Amino acid sequence: MTAAVSQSSPADRDAVIAALARVLPADALLHERSDVKPYECDGLTAFRQMPLAVTLPRSVDEIRAILLICSERGVPVVARGAGTGLSGGALPLENGVVLGLARLNAIVEIDPRNRCARVQPGVTNLAISKAAAPYGLFYAPDPSSQIACTIGGNVAENAGGLHCLKYGLTTHNLLKVDIVTIDGERLTLGADALDAAGYDLLALFTGSEGLLGVVVEVTVKLLPKPDSARLLLAAFATVDAAAGAVSAVIRAGIVPGGLEMMDRPAITAVEAYVPCGYPTDAEAVLLCELDGIEAEVIEETAQAEAILRAAGATSIRTAIEAHERSAVWAGRKAAFPALGRLAPDYYCIDGSIPRGRLPDVLRGIAELSREYRLPVANVFHAGDGNLHPIILYDAANAGERERTERFGTAILALCVAAGGSVTGEHGVGVEKLDAMCTQFATPEIESFHRIKHAFDPDGLLNPGKAIPTLRRCAEFGRMHVHRGAVSFPDIERF
Amino acid sequence: MADADGSAEFSERIRAAAATSTPLRLCGSGSKDFLGNAGCGESLDLRAHAGILRYAPDELVLTARAGTRMADIDAALSDHGQMLGFEPPRFGADATLGGTLAAGLSGPRRASSGAARDFVLGMRILDGRGQTLRFGGEVMKNVAGYDVSRLMVGAFGTLGVILEASIKLVPGPRAQRTLRLELDAMSALDRLRGWAQRPLPISASAIVDGRLYVRLSGATAAVQAAAAELGGADDGDTFWLSLREHTHAFFADPRPLWRLSVAPATPITPLDGPMLIEWQGAQRWLKSEAEPSRIRAAASAGGGHATRFRASVPAGAIGNVFHPFSAPMLALHRRLKAEFDPRGILNRGRLHPEL
Repeated sequence: MTAAVSQSSPADRDAVIAALARVLPADALLHERSDVKPYECDGLTAFRQMPLAVTLPRSVDEIRAILLICSERGVPVVARGAGTGLSGGALPLENGVVLGLARLNAIVEIDPRNRCARVQPGVTNLAISKAAAPYGLFYAPDPSSQIACTIGGNVAENAGGLHCLKYGLTTHNLLKVDIVTIDGERLTLGADALDAAGYDLLALFTGSEGLLGVVVEVTVKLLPKPDSARLLLAAFATVDAAAGAVSAVIRAGIVPGGLEMMDRPAITAVEAYVPCGYPTDAEAVLLCELDGIEAEVIEETAQAEAILRAAGATSIRTAIEAHERSAVWAGRKAAFPALGRLAPDYYCIDGSIPRGRLPDVLRGIAELSREYRLPVANVFHAGDGNLHPIILYDAANAGERERTERFGTAILALCVAAGGSVTGEHGVGVEKLDAMCTQFATPEIESFHRIKHAFDPDGLLNPGKAIPTLRRCAEFGRMHVHRGAVSFPDIERF
Repeated sequence: MADADGSAEFSERIRAAAATSTPLRLCGSGSKDFLGNAGCGESLDLRAHAGILRYAPDELVLTARAGTRMADIDAALSDHGQMLGFEPPRFGADATLGGTLAAGLSGPRRASSGAARDFVLGMRILDGRGQTLRFGGEVMKNVAGYDVSRLMVGAFGTLGVILEASIKLVPGPRAQRTLRLELDAMSALDRLRGWAQRPLPISASAIVDGRLYVRLSGATAAVQAAAAELGGADDGDTFWLSLREHTHAFFADPRPLWRLSVAPATPITPLDGPMLIEWQGAQRWLKSEAEPSRIRAAASAGGGHATRFRASVPAGAIGNVFHPFSAPMLALHRRLKAEFDPRGILNRGRLHPEL
């Protein structure tokens, strides 16, 4: 259970700030309202909270000093990288200190002989691949925010990306993570070797959303850059046919670097925004990129093309040169802003399902769209069954936010019923706490709290995030039964 | 509550054992009894809890009970040209899925495609209270809650009894070829270094007896092109099976067998015995009677750890076979163990004398 941290009085606040000021230079401690304002939310902007203070350390020693002060005084700590997370994992706490890690942004070492990079937590995802490029190597996970998001945040969220079907998630691409625990102890999880003695704490820590420790250094695996890639853009007359084609590709033993789907609303929005030649008469398109060794890519492209045709593709375009591929990807990458033009507000859902259930679940989402009277577009990682339905709404219309929220909750329930998960890659944060109660029963939730207790007995690291309290689940369950709808008594939404 | 999957009797046994703090020794076929520290307590035989529950070739996912024989899983997968990506060693004809995952062993393919834990999507377990818990699932991407399923891999049953596991599968390679090059160990390691920085379809490597063995797997054209470039003589694929199962002549040496897990480019340190190097340099088997402290120091210097993998003397007579933890790391292990298994009854002592 997360500790109930009592509201701090102004005197306590001043004492915490004074203690932090003794161990940090003036520019590493923010506490004036206007200074901390930029830290009041992360990528889930619907949730905002001003923190007690924001710290911006430059060294591990400073991080340890901050944690020791917070630990002694029972002050909660919220670690933050670039603040691009989409589930509110870095949302500040009113009586808590934000531990911003962006200034620890050094690439400590690129080691081509061991094919790894040792970096500080504030290094951006893309900066690692850029630093590795002169050696012909790259860091595989590529979340859409990769230009801004930091590796420390990627570890905390177990970030995915467009290419995780072939190259895996963050958890598959780490060798070692150094953490500092709430009591200031530095621990190394994993090793320079491919495994470490004892429990696989690196696996446990990855995706733990800042609840178990603070990441202070990360050693990632690097891979040789594929020397060739081809991208197929296939159009389908029905969403079912496109979903069937996804299964057919996987069944044939082909593992594309990326396998993405967009439905008609998404295609139309994109073509109106950045015309890039997507067939606007199609009900769905698949983008299937094959990368690797040239001979292999040529062989697999031919196979994939035949499979897509057999699965009912009405047209297929092949992009070979880098600029052609970028032109086709441009549409997929512009999908969110393109959809953003269609309505004043949109809400991106993140759920995952077994790939074979794509047709059923997409039909289910279309039915819910009619039921909730809100349009929805689908742009998602079809190859690994990670859905991103985007609900279009107008917050200015009375009741529409709440309806959007209920629609989102219904989609996640559909994912869980299909054997899936309430979050494929965005994390739980504060956004999916109630959804966690749908996915897990009491014994699992208790088990999660016990794990947290083993690392952070006083519950000071990012308390209240990622794992709901049992009380919250009980209330959520009651609301579900009695009202058939959800409300959020203890947190503000949208 | 737990009997929907036929595990109620195990749950009862654990509850009863917890009530009296009686240690339980989890058993499958016993194929990996030689590995790890000596266990103790009454045996809890899981072999009857067997069977493939779901296998969806289109999804590349298999869910099976812990007692399922690996041989039965192999047979089901080969019908569809699929396989386990981590190529796990069996060390016995009746080896089970539960034991394979609990021991966390991966075979020749590990350096190129991943370890046992990388392929685990979900698990159903029993904790030390006898509670059934389900983590993860059968989907590829799932970041809801802590990744407890992967934590169970390599935990030697000390945190929970694996009841079922869902595993991500991989398609079998369309083409495969094994090459043999005559090279001393240092040159072979250098050669592998260079190849590792380029996109080549290398799925396994081994350096032994003045030879470098390389396995190429993938699309036919890619394997052919790489084989022409890498050179060497063709060898059979059976070599990899002898490596995986430790039936290769190297393993017949009567001295204790050590496993050193190190950064792949670690220089080769002489340690009073022959060495077989796998995983592009990252896994090194050593046959040696050198002082354990010296072997462990060499592994630590290479950024890794050493395990006394197999010895003629019984486990228990030689102290902790695994690499020792630092004091704060041991404390964290103890706290985690206590949270999952408060009475310390599950495979007590198997992973560490104090767990």
